[in-house]
Amino acid sequence: MSTTPSAFAADLAARRMPPAGGFNLTALRLEIRRLLRNRRTVIITIIFPVFFFLIFGLNKAYASDKIGHGNEAAFIMVSLGLYGAVFAATSAGAMVSIERAQGWSRQLRLTPLSPVAYILMKVLTALVLGAGSVAVVFIAGALTNKASMPAYLWVVSGLSVWVGSLLFAAFGLLMGFLLPAENVIQLMSLMLTLLSFAGGLFIPISQFPQTVQDICKWTPLYGLNQLVHTPLLGTGVDWTWVVNVLAWLVIFVGGAALRFRQDTSRV
Amino acid sequence: MTVTRTDSGTWPASGTVPPAIELAGVRKHFGQVRAVDGIDMTVASGEIVAFLGPNGAGKTSTIDIVLGLSRPDSGSVSVYGMAPRRAIAHGLISAVMQTGGLLKDLTVYETVEYTASLFAHSQSPREALSRAGIAEIADRRVGKCSGGEQQRLRFAMALMPDPELLVLDEPTTGMDVEGRRNFWSAIRKDAEQGRTVLFATHYLEEADAYADRIVLVRHGKIVADGTASEIKAMAAGRTVRATLPGAAEADLRDVPGAEVVEVRGETVLIHSKDSDATARYLLTQTAARDLEVTARGIEDAFIALTGDDTHSAATHSAGTGTAATDSAASAGAI
Repeated sequence: MSTTPSAFAADLAARRMPPAGGFNLTALRLEIRRLLRNRRTVIITIIFPVFFFLIFGLNKAYASDKIGHGNEAAFIMVSLGLYGAVFAATSAGAMVSIERAQGWSRQLRLTPLSPVAYILMKVLTALVLGAGSVAVVFIAGALTNKASMPAYLWVVSGLSVWVGSLLFAAFGLLMGFLLPAENVIQLMSLMLTLLSFAGGLFIPISQFPQTVQDICKWTPLYGLNQLVHTPLLGTGVDWTWVVNVLAWLVIFVGGAALRFRQDTSRV
Repeated sequence: MTVTRTDSGTWPASGTVPPAIELAGVRKHFGQVRAVDGIDMTVASGEIVAFLGPNGAGKTSTIDIVLGLSRPDSGSVSVYGMAPRRAIAHGLISAVMQTGGLLKDLTVYETVEYTASLFAHSQSPREALSRAGIAEIADRRVGKCSGGEQQRLRFAMALMPDPELLVLDEPTTGMDVEGRRNFWSAIRKDAEQGRTVLFATHYLEEADAYADRIVLVRHGKIVADGTASEIKAMAAGRTVRATLPGAAEADLRDVPGAEVVEVRGETVLIHSKDSDATARYLLTQTAARDLEVTARGIEDAFIALTGDDTHSAATHSAGTGTAATDSAASAGAI
């Protein structure tokens, strides 16, 4: 039994490359399932934000105080939605650290999956978990009947938080490329908690001394936190918030892209 | 798999089927270490080739270059006439790596399913699992699998694109005897369908038992290339051992066929290229008794060719390239 060169050529022609650089929904589903299998991630991104909301968001002393177009409970709900979504996005991005350590990234280079498709899957995984995180906090807000704002603001605030969390998917990717796998989760949790305080997600930074406030305004969650509350507060957008978000976006995406390129061309 | 070997084992001369692997003058160094020091090698479609050498001989570095995981400092590499990365994207080549490459939190089935989803054409995950002999542990988490099971999972993953060329980098390292046997029986069954296989190993038995052709590497260079019997013949000859009281090495140098003579008390050991003549001489012309003739195994060939002492270095610098045929000829004279 012999095969001719033309049969080989036909076989070669039949071997197409996958569309979209190998991006596909099966892999995406498995990525999401993997992330949900990590109990610590689920607790931090889904349970913590709801728990914090039930403690701080329902405090009778201030929960019903009017603020902007809504009330204090709604304000806290948006903050904690952001906290959860940011944590989710960072966790999804930081998974690359574990994948590099386990040699999975290298294994993927033996498949047609393009690096860009890989990153896209990580970002979409981050968005799915982030959406879940925002949703549960908002549902808790609705069910407890304390958070109050016009219906359109629930949608606008929720979407701003969700889309804004993408900044932290890039942050997670950068951390994933920079930090060793053994302690990436611990370091990341610590950093995010500090950044959340500095960004004013837990307590308004106006309660800090002036010098601390000045420093906080440079941190990556500050601008984003201000922006996602703008619709609720009905105040104008301060351009420094936008600059803050864009500058950090450039730093995170640029840093991740740089590390990523070094990683894939490592010879 | 539409490409299979012709009966004669070669492609029609007029054909344009490119070789599965073509390496020309490939060099790669890491700092001061020359991991790959000028390798030229062509693997034809349908061959099963063992890349044999001691640890640190440059096997993995060469394989990384074939797979496009690393770029050579100089020289060229092509897989079915194209760059490795492109051959991978078309599913022509896949590999079973030595370690790593698995996610502990996925199940065995999910891992194969994930891999399958990345190719334009792939086999069914269930089918690949049963071919790799791990269908019954499909729902087990990868982190809970034994080393042998993980290795068969890597094999199942490598089967997904139904590649023309399968590359295995020391696939049985760390496996127990049974795991090794099971793994090789799965590979062998698969290769019967005509897949080209290149595997790196430092186990001589594996190279001897499973390869059509053995490429021996040492210090990043190919020191021998031929069939298992040709490689064995390279360190050809037999050892004749006899009891001969009062023998002196000097007296025995002229014994017919003798190459190396050693006297240990009353025992003489003569490494001979013509053991029949040596034995006949000892039995008829001397008082030798208790005579034994033993062949040198592939193990000896391996040590002779890859050993680090100056004597064997000299042996194989003479043996590079055409050595296989030369020695085969001298072996034929026995």
